[in-house]
Amino acid sequence: MNNWKEIAPVEAIPPLSARVVKSKDGDIAIFHAGDGNFYALDNRCPHKGGPLSEGIVHDCRVTCPLHNWVLDLRTGAATGADEGATRTFEVKVENGKVWLRA
Amino acid sequence: MSKERLAVIGNGMAGVRAVEELLRINPEKFAITIIGDEPHGNYNRILLSPVLAGENTIDDIMLNPPGWYEENGIELISGVAAARIDRAGRKVELADGRAAPYDRLIIATGSRPFILPVPGHDLEGVIGFRDIADVEAMLKAAREYRHAVVIGGGLLGLEAANGLMKNGMDVTVVHLMDTLMERQLDKTAGAMLRASLEERGMKFLMPAETTELVDDGEGRVKALRTKDGEEIPADLVVMAAGIQPNTALAREAGIHCERGIIVNDYMMTYDPRIYAVGECVQHRGVCYGLVAPLYEQARVLANHLGGRGWMSYEGSVTSTKLKVTGIDLFSAGDFLGRPGAEEIVMRDDKGGVYKKLVIQDNRLAGAVLYGDTVDGSWYFQLIREGADVSEIRNRLILGQAHLGDSGHGGDSAADMPDDFEICGCNGVTKGEIVRAITEQGLFTLEDVRAVTKASASCGSCTGLVEQILASTLGGDYSAAPSEKPLCGCTDYTHDQVRKAIRENGLKSIPDVMHFLEWRNPDGCAVCRPALNYYLLCAWPGEYEDARASRFVNERLHGNIQKDGTYSVVPRMWGGLTTPKELRAIADVVEKYDIPEMKVTGGQRIDLFGVKKEDLPAVWRDLNAAGMVSGHAYGKALRTVKTCAGANWCRMGTQDSTGLGVKLEKMTWGSWMPHKFKFGVSGCPRNCAEATIKDFGVVCVDSGYELHVGGNGGIKVRVTDLIARVATEDEVLEWAGAFIQLYREEARYGERTAPWIERVGLAFVKERLEDERRRKALHERFLFSQQFAQKDPWARLAGEHEEEFQPVAEIA
Ligand code: SRM
Ligand SMILES: Cc1cc2nc3c(=O)[nH]c(=O)nc-3n(C[C@H](O)[C@H](O)[C@H](O)COP(=O)(O)OP(=O)(O)OC[C@H]3O[C@@H](n4cnc5c(N)ncnc54)[C@H](O)[C@@H]3O)c2cc1C
Ligand code: SF4
Ligand code: FES
Repeated sequence: MNNWKEIAPVEAIPPLSARVVKSKDGDIAIFHAGDGNFYALDNRCPHKGGPLSEGIVHDCRVTCPLHNWVLDLRTGAATGADEGATRTFEVKVENGKVWLRA
Repeated sequence: MSKERLAVIGNGMAGVRAVEELLRINPEKFAITIIGDEPHGNYNRILLSPVLAGENTIDDIMLNPPGWYEENGIELISGVAAARIDRAGRKVELADGRAAPYDRLIIATGSRPFILPVPGHDLEGVIGFRDIADVEAMLKAAREYRHAVVIGGGLLGLEAANGLMKNGMDVTVVHLMDTLMERQLDKTAGAMLRASLEERGMKFLMPAETTELVDDGEGRVKALRTKDGEEIPADLVVMAAGIQPNTALAREAGIHCERGIIVNDYMMTYDPRIYAVGECVQHRGVCYGLVAPLYEQARVLANHLGGRGWMSYEGSVTSTKLKVTGIDLFSAGDFLGRPGAEEIVMRDDKGGVYKKLVIQDNRLAGAVLYGDTVDGSWYFQLIREGADVSEIRNRLILGQAHLGDSGHGGDSAADMPDDFEICGCNGVTKGEIVRAITEQGLFTLEDVRAVTKASASCGSCTGLVEQILASTLGGDYSAAPSEKPLCGCTDYTHDQVRKAIRENGLKSIPDVMHFLEWRNPDGCAVCRPALNYYLLCAWPGEYEDARASRFVNERLHGNIQKDGTYSVVPRMWGGLTTPKELRAIADVVEKYDIPEMKVTGGQRIDLFGVKKEDLPAVWRDLNAAGMVSGHAYGKALRTVKTCAGANWCRMGTQDSTGLGVKLEKMTWGSWMPHKFKFGVSGCPRNCAEATIKDFGVVCVDSGYELHVGGNGGIKVRVTDLIARVATEDEVLEWAGAFIQLYREEARYGERTAPWIERVGLAFVKERLEDERRRKALHERFLFSQQFAQKDPWARLAGEHEEEFQPVAEIA
């Protein structure tokens, strides 16, 4: 538990996109954000469980594909009028590889 | 490198707005000095009227406190007037002997009240209504004296008179004309306004010409005399008989002025180092006296000074509201009309409601509303957009609520209870919207969308939200920007962005964002898909599609479902299918354990609940049986619905099924501003419902009737007949040309029905009836189809297959 795990080469997740990591506790979405950093969120929107990995990534945020909630990738929290947050995970990049702590 | 120096004369609304816009576009370019003769920061002059009426305080109306100037590195010289512009020496000489050097200069000196040159005009107690000092003088007079006279029955005069009355004074308005606010109202509305102001205790002397102000012997005014010899007591006289642009500085410096300072479409004066903006300006013969157009000017000026230089100012249509609490009055555009204009009038004397619409060439040219102004912003929108109103003409005067939006008809938003659900998609009530507007100080539709979500989904309640904005904000709403920006990342409208893409050869989303100074470095979920579309439409074959800027459905070529699975719809050309296709579909459903199959409203079969990981394999199997994507998910060509037609049907006049297949073969794969559907019916019984499709063909004995702009969705709209043709080839040519016109002209997210209502059927007809233009459009469509007609399923299953699988699995 809570170990760093190597996920994929950086190129597997191009800028402004996301990929899914399967885990026994459900899917985790890894985002390559506009600031060049990688972020990871539980792939379930706090609204109605929409798959966040399929949303449009802009800045450090993602717009959920189901009903357009906008979540902050850094905190997992909804922005604007909506309230709620999804779980975040730590991510780092080393030697061209993305690592996830989960 | 030292910065260029920018000096601004006038610390008022237009000058400071231009500086604000400039700071946004290019904060580093200039060292800025603002010179203002009023001893304050910058304030909202509009709200002087509510301050006078005791509804606001001076503190409430400050726009930029001193700290703002400091934070932005702006030198503010306040309480000192600019005395002379030295163009050769490139400096502004100040009244206190100092000087402010410049590389660029903005003159934003506004205007001053026109003081009638009658004997006694310089007596104590005779003032204008322009600034904080005037309001303070009026409030002081109200405490010490009883009789006030306001000269001028225009917007400003009535607001002054109302304020003075609220402060306990006995007020008479002396007006030269026989109609109040004759520049905004017609006689009827003017008379209704007069009656209701009289009811509140305001007195009127009109028509009457002031000839003299009488001295009380100690240098203060005591009475006013008119040409007819009437004399009324006056301890305070407010001159509100018009304004004069402050052009003196410019004139003395040799800059060309007429009534105002003459500027070109970039707000540049005769001296290219010197710009002018605001009420002091005369642009294409017009001097404006309202904030909205001045803010548009400020934006163009900043765009130019900031080094962009691609926006131009082309003049504005203005609208006015009277800010007298309890009186609803709105006017916009040309309400008198040129010769040949038609009028629609509704009048209810007892109910105190009067509405007049002026229509010219099937477009709304002007509107006057009294007593019920809920639809003001809607009419204003129609005027500005030049929308063709012939279709809605018979209901136009009843207002937007009577247009027949399903679900929302009937009431106007103002009459709805607070718990009324305005936005059905996001469950937002009227009360929540009103609270958000008042508590968070929202001004625009975009703000309300961002904060409450109302109208952020299907958009069918947009009109209601706008009504709520208008009724909650009252007078301030008209000050909101007049054209809606594409999204919160930019101030540019869809049309402006598109023009910039075409004219400046912008070929990628980052190029567009960079060129137009997007506020968010990589945009948002609203603008990115729109930009992607505009680029691929402008540069077919050259532009490379940005997958990350597509909504998930278009990226994964299926409709995302509530549980995160996808639906898959293969194309069935014109609704025709074969045992082989059906067998392949059945096999796929069993092989991948797809939970549900359904026949859609678009004559094909939908497979629901396909897992993302399975999509490429499902597609491959369907491809193998000769089927391609049906684009049931895209802003693209969707279905071509056909009926049995002449091949089988005893009533059929032409081969509607075969023609439908040809249409679908020609148009599939095309990306559009919104989804696009065809219907082809074999006879006027119209079993394919062609008259509620984007493009409908109704076969008749002599050929084909072509119909456009139908919609069976949120708001049903029946098509307009656009042509009758004799051959299938002609049908194909008209269809291709129509689609291309729509692709090039409509805004992203706008279906053919609202697009045609906005631009007018006449516009579409004119472009398509001219054979040369029609053929050119058709050619351009076929050209772009070369690149579009590649089955996305085949492509994705090849190139991007790994994307559909998890990137890793962890314990
Ligand atoms: C599958 C289908 C319902 C069915 O089972 O019959 C359907 C399903 C959806 N429709 Fe539809 N529409 C379907 C036929 C229609 C029709 C009937 C028709 O085409 O004859 C209409 C009215 C006709 C029209 O378009 O004018 C229709 C009007 C809408 C609208 C309102 C559009 C409008 O302009 O007002 C939306 C919302 C939108 O597009 O923004 C919509 C949106 C949707 C979406 C895409 C909702 C969404 O955004 O996710 C649904 C996707 C379901 C899914 O997961 O697959 N659907 N939809 C039909 C697919 C047809 C096809 O084969 O491609
Ligand atoms: C009471 C009132 C109510 C109004 N209500 C509305 C309304 O409801 N809706 C609407 O759209 N508009 C309204 N207006 C009009 C609106 O306020 C003006 O159109 C707008 O303020 C003009 O902006 P401006 O920058 O051109 O001029 P101003 O805001 O007047 O700014 C010009 C500034 O330059 C200063 N100045 C002039 N000469 C010099 C000099 N030589 N040196 C230094 N400084 C100088 C002036 O003192 C002033 O501060 C109202 C105006 C008034 C007075
Ligand atoms: S009407 Fe269309 S959008 Fe609404 S639930 Fe049915 S399929 Fe979905
Ligand atoms: S599930 Fe994400 S917005 Fe509704």
